[in-house]
Amino acid sequence: MYQYNPFDRHFVRQRAAQYRDQLARHLRGELPDEEFRPLRLQNGWYVQRHAPMLRVAVPYGELSSRQLRQLARIAREHDLQGAGTAAERGGFGHFSTRQNLQFNWIPLSQSADVMDLLAEVDMHGIQTSGNCIRNITTDALAGIAPDEQVDPRPYCELLRQWSTLHPEFAFLPRKFKIAVTGAREDRAATDWHDIGLTLHHNAAGEVGFRVAVGGGMGRTPLVAPEFRAFVPWQQILVYIEAVVRVYNLYGRRDNLYKSRIKILVKAEGQRFVDAVNREFDALIADPATPRLPQAEFDRVAACFAQLPAPAAVPDARPHDPLPAFDRWLQRNVHGHKLPGYRAVTLSLKRAGLPPGDVTADQMEGAAELAERYSRGELRVTHDQNLLLPWVSEGDLRSLWLAAREGGFATPNIGLLTDMIACPGGDLCALANARSIPIAAAITERFDDLDELHDIGDIDLHISGCINSCGHHHSGHIGILGVDKDGLEWYQVSVGGADGSTLSGRAVAGKVIGPSFAAEEVPDVIEALIGTYLRSRQGGERFIETARRLGALPFRHAADAVRRSTAATE
Amino acid sequence: MRFIPSEAPLPSHALRLDNTADALAQGDQVQRHAAVVLHFPKWTDGRAYSQAVLLRGRLRYAGDIVATGEVLADMLPLLRRCGFTAAQLRADQRLEAAQRALGFFDTHYQTVPPERQRAAEGAAS
Repeated sequence: MYQYNPFDRHFVRQRAAQYRDQLARHLRGELPDEEFRPLRLQNGWYVQRHAPMLRVAVPYGELSSRQLRQLARIAREHDLQGAGTAAERGGFGHFSTRQNLQFNWIPLSQSADVMDLLAEVDMHGIQTSGNCIRNITTDALAGIAPDEQVDPRPYCELLRQWSTLHPEFAFLPRKFKIAVTGAREDRAATDWHDIGLTLHHNAAGEVGFRVAVGGGMGRTPLVAPEFRAFVPWQQILVYIEAVVRVYNLYGRRDNLYKSRIKILVKAEGQRFVDAVNREFDALIADPATPRLPQAEFDRVAACFAQLPAPAAVPDARPHDPLPAFDRWLQRNVHGHKLPGYRAVTLSLKRAGLPPGDVTADQMEGAAELAERYSRGELRVTHDQNLLLPWVSEGDLRSLWLAAREGGFATPNIGLLTDMIACPGGDLCALANARSIPIAAAITERFDDLDELHDIGDIDLHISGCINSCGHHHSGHIGILGVDKDGLEWYQVSVGGADGSTLSGRAVAGKVIGPSFAAEEVPDVIEALIGTYLRSRQGGERFIETARRLGALPFRHAADAVRRSTAATE
Repeated sequence: MRFIPSEAPLPSHALRLDNTADALAQGDQVQRHAAVVLHFPKWTDGRAYSQAVLLRGRLRYAGDIVATGEVLADMLPLLRRCGFTAAQLRADQRLEAAQRALGFFDTHYQTVPPERQRAAEGAAS
């Protein structure tokens, strides 16, 4: 992991002090709501349905057990409220698709104290909200994936530093998200981002980035077109500076729904590309423009040095075959770049808890597992699980038993119940409909592991509104909460793709007819799955069958199980 | 950073640029003026930061750059780093808060063109 040096620590503490001053002015009545709002947003404080939500930045998803224990402390001591059901009393966090952690119940008056607690463990909420460059995301297997060409983590860290409190880009037309990957397989949905970066080598063996610009979900789902096939790594910050500057000057500010860079890229096409190229060329021609120096890269990269192979501890005792263990090995354990290691996903998709949620006790439990089995390091995955990156092969069985004890061993990674879901209308003020009860009903309906494994790999994504935090557009099955006449309805789509090999080229799913009522949704999912199971050929996965058949047979199957919405047909 | 009282007139010799203006296209005009006034119609509209950066970084403009419009105390650190040399705060803003806002950070991660320019000039002299 990146190790904060005295400079980084000093910087985060200065930020916490600045926020404390802003909060104090706000509480004294000197800084009105509408002027405090953008300032607190850029520190991660987003007032939601019940209380301010705090989004803590987990830079490119890397988390230490020490940090996770501090997050548990914050959950226990600050994320609480006195009334309501157990779930409403707080004391838990939610991991998001952007690899961050959200709290829901911290009173604003305690927010400056929480920033200090975060700073104690080199954390903060800088730019996790607001119209600025957000947390950089990457592959959860960064640095350890067998199919990796270039480790993206040092570059992610350099991007994090560059974008942190960039004075020119603090008030962009809209939020701005950058994802980076360095592997052949895209596990970071890069083409769905404002800027998607893919590290690779050119013919001369030099490291650089493929740059795609202008992707995004929301009301107008667009996949980022490639702008450059290769930007040398030393120039990548200059290229991004050019893109963001042109966007800052010419992005639309008159209409919230048209203010993302994707709209500018789509509307202006080549003219936008030309403007970026002119700006980039002018910067490159200017001797004052710095390139990333090798020494700085080396300093950062040293933090991510590869570990030595673990002492060969072969699993000496032959184990009795255990189907449950085998299933976990098959779904939750992943290949590793270094011999002797495995990466292990701790599933946060289990009955009784919303996808991605962790209680304070579970945070402690996961931290404990990381300390015992993964050198104190964890990753937050894009699909809202935790991952242990440094597990010795010889420890797998012992880890499995411990993970089972902690409720982290559901062998469902990549399966239907490993769904992505936003917090939805239970917690989010923007949501049109709730996501959590829909996720719970589907989890309950598909509680048979044999059946889940038979259905196989599938991406089910649920968003409570068109802002698409649950990435419904890219789900093989997508569910979108919509509001009609003050009631909750759900639009279902089929055939979306995040850009991975399994899913195929990034594309938005096709909506299969008018919205469904909440109580119809589990039946609809079952009907879609039934259509797949009846129609699949050979080893076809759901998405492959959906691509081959198109949306129509799925639409018919879903219509056949309509009840309360049948009359609208 | 120089503060211009909100009721005081702006320098009469200044060139005023709207925040939708193409600052680079007006390079000749800009260089003929001792001051350029850039405008924040809303404080969250960040276009003028990039305009100032282009004036300093690309045109090597050395005159005053003045921030006007909805200029709030908490914008000051950003304005200064982007090359503004003067600000006319919105009438209700406290000068003391604006001055304190300039003191929270003594360091930063990245450089923007006006800072690079200053660094290059420093190295050359």
